[in-house]
Amino acid sequence: MGDDGSDPAPSACFAFPTGAEGGRQNLFLNLHPTQLKPSPLPLAISAIAVSVTGIEKSFGPTRALAGADLAVAAGEVVALMGANGAGKSTLVKILSGTHAPDAGTITLNGKTGTLASPSAAKAAGIATVHQATDQAGAAGLTVAENLLLDELCRPSGRFLVSARSIRRRAREIAALIDLDLPLDLDFVDLRPAERQLIAIARAVAAKASVLILDEPTSSLSTTEADRLFAIIRRLRAAGMAILYISHRLGDLAAIADRAVVMRGGRIVGAFAKPIDFPAAVAAMIGRTLEAAAHDGKISTAPIVASIRGARLVPGAKPFDLELRSGEVVAITGTLGSGKTRLLRALFGLETLAEGDFVLDGQPWLSSGPARSIKNGVFMVAEDRWQSSLLPPEVPGASIAGTIALPHLKRWFPSGLLRAARERKVGSEAISRLGIKARGPDDTLDELSGGNQQKVVLARWQAAPCRLLLLDEPFQGVDVGARADLIAAIRGSQSGSATLIATSDTEEALEVADRILVMRNHSLYEAGDGHGSLTDQVDKVESERPETFDD
Amino acid sequence: MTDLTTAQAAPRISLFRETRRYALFVLLALMVVGFWYAQPAFIRSANLFSILQAVSVVAILGVGVSITMAADGFDLSVGSVAASSVMAASYAMVVWQLDAPETMALVLLMGALIGLVNGLLIVRLGVPDLLATLATMFLLAGLQLIPTGGRSITAGMVLPDGSSVPGAYDPAFLILGRSRLFDTIPLSVVVMAAVALLAWFLMERTRWGRVFYAIGGNETAAHLSGAPTKAYRLWAYVISATLASLGGLIVASRVGRGDVSAGNSLLLDAVAASLIGYAVLDKRRPHVLGTVVGAIFVGVLLNGLTMLNAPYYTQDFVKGVVLVGALALTFGLGKKR
Repeated sequence: MGDDGSDPAPSACFAFPTGAEGGRQNLFLNLHPTQLKPSPLPLAISAIAVSVTGIEKSFGPTRALAGADLAVAAGEVVALMGANGAGKSTLVKILSGTHAPDAGTITLNGKTGTLASPSAAKAAGIATVHQATDQAGAAGLTVAENLLLDELCRPSGRFLVSARSIRRRAREIAALIDLDLPLDLDFVDLRPAERQLIAIARAVAAKASVLILDEPTSSLSTTEADRLFAIIRRLRAAGMAILYISHRLGDLAAIADRAVVMRGGRIVGAFAKPIDFPAAVAAMIGRTLEAAAHDGKISTAPIVASIRGARLVPGAKPFDLELRSGEVVAITGTLGSGKTRLLRALFGLETLAEGDFVLDGQPWLSSGPARSIKNGVFMVAEDRWQSSLLPPEVPGASIAGTIALPHLKRWFPSGLLRAARERKVGSEAISRLGIKARGPDDTLDELSGGNQQKVVLARWQAAPCRLLLLDEPFQGVDVGARADLIAAIRGSQSGSATLIATSDTEEALEVADRILVMRNHSLYEAGDGHGSLTDQVDKVESERPETFDD
Repeated sequence: MTDLTTAQAAPRISLFRETRRYALFVLLALMVVGFWYAQPAFIRSANLFSILQAVSVVAILGVGVSITMAADGFDLSVGSVAASSVMAASYAMVVWQLDAPETMALVLLMGALIGLVNGLLIVRLGVPDLLATLATMFLLAGLQLIPTGGRSITAGMVLPDGSSVPGAYDPAFLILGRSRLFDTIPLSVVVMAAVALLAWFLMERTRWGRVFYAIGGNETAAHLSGAPTKAYRLWAYVISATLASLGGLIVASRVGRGDVSAGNSLLLDAVAASLIGYAVLDKRRPHVLGTVVGAIFVGVLLNGLTMLNAPYYTQDFVKGVVLVGALALTFGLGKKR
């Protein structure tokens, strides 16, 4: 939710001050600035556009924000850094009006007020471009209509709109950020980068004074990211205050004027230009990075699985990969570089364009999940709610049932379920992985993200494994739970190999013996455990793909 | 995300939850007592068994519907399958002169085949379940009229080609719908109980049932856990249509002729029973026990109202009220966690 216009608040289906002023008076104490038209004239850097002080927010017993202070000046790009669970997204949700803070003040252009709803935040001039770009516009409408969505939704807008006037106005809006998309294209046919640009164009058209970009490059190629940076610089020059959330150091180095680091719901460090990224990373994690590969020795254990001459897509550079017994290997790389595709191919969900897999000395070509699981090749797919978990009203949605699901056939060959068996494994997992739950009958929706992920990991550790494939296993997992997960992944290596795909370099360094970088559907060696850890971060970061063709 | 709150809140809401859990049973008991008070004849065992007999077909069809719903499908064709089974059974005996066992085997096989077609349309061709079964519903509703030129099938009737039919209903066939066990329990009620028990066992106590529900809850998760999801969904439709043809056999043997209007309201009644079942034990999902209770609930209500001289044309309205109430109970009240 957020800026997609779905907010039910009747007060504001998008009042923004381009035209008629109706519907705006009951919003956000009329804070809307008038000085920030996108003009080529840079404004004084010193003008604070938005600031928050002492923001607190708790969800039940969990304190997401414990007194966060942050200020962004007009014409400034502030990078907000923080590990998963540090409170970044909660702060963004408060600034975008999704959550109300428990305590603290929000000041926008010198005036203090509250943001009652996403539309109120938007009317007040705070535009948020979310990571999930499918909400940046409405499917079924054209690019032109999406650019004008705010104006079309405005209650005071004209009743009749002609296709010509829409196109004319859309061209004006597109010109604000040099958007050159065909205006007749349907929103569903756009790529994430293009959707994102539409969201930004809408923000500019709405004369937003503050733009929040949440992980904007996570699904972009380098050329697309460069284009985004150019637009951000332009908006900065026009006096927009930009809060840029990312943990991709390369992006932050390219675009940020200042970096602010969050940890445990507080701001724990601020770094002015030139930004000392190693120090910022240390502040972010709360300690210096500790890699798993302490000794840097090359493993001589027997090879469990290997890949020879693999091409993930036709025309990609072929690569080899050997996974040894007891080894944890991480593959890092941007979204779309092919990490997920490799894991899915090993699990039998996709086929290689070329190349062979070998598992325990035998050629391995899985026909699908059932065969893979039978042969001890397990995969934890990304996005656990979509890929692994069941809604709470379904039988088997408990911790015990979630763990048991793939093993039902082996555990209960007669077909008759025995709850005691499932609960025993569930209880064992709860104590072994430190899952915070009342018992094995708790449903997964009652658990936090980290505990959910522990249950999913326990599912695949409940049977003898040869090759464990983990796709983004630390997504939405807080730092503490991540440490537990890493310990569990590294602790139960009874002769099996583990292959982890993650777009987060720090996670890769923390969990893996060996790190590989995937770019353009091919694998490259990265850190080998030697040298300082931050060097390794830099090295891996610098390996970002130059281009990526969709 | 942060859900230790529920752990603390649990004791406070549990009383409320317990009430919701048994709400339909309590209402059912209140209803029985109320009708008994208003009309003492209501509680006589002959009347109670006649209620069960009246709901047995709906309950059997509803069990099939709830199995497809458990696998996140929907079988709109059950009513038509039952109706065409009535016609097929009559045609088999009256025109082809088959005996009772042959007729039953033929009809059940026909049901299974229709289920297979439904399942293949949905699983193989990817037709959305509602549309696929809507299409077979229309197809069967029309098909059953063709062999007899739209007329009901009775002994001695004249076929469209002018010939007179040679056969008649096998008396043994009528046992299914008209006889009583120990002279009290209608055989169709026994069949309903057996179907319900078997289906309950399958869905709640075996790993196959668990996988049906897992597919309904999250097909991707079930697939990635190695479940052959397409085969399961296919089976759900085969089971559903086979149960529907069993229901049709009971209707045929009760009516004793191939009535073209038989099974008119069966689809909606069966779906309503499944949906009312969501509220039983506050499960919020299709389940066999709930479906049977839902069917009985509606049956008791209609029987009681009829005894109190409520006109027949209010029946659909009453069913609708019960359905709306049950769904509101399931999805609306106290849903916040």
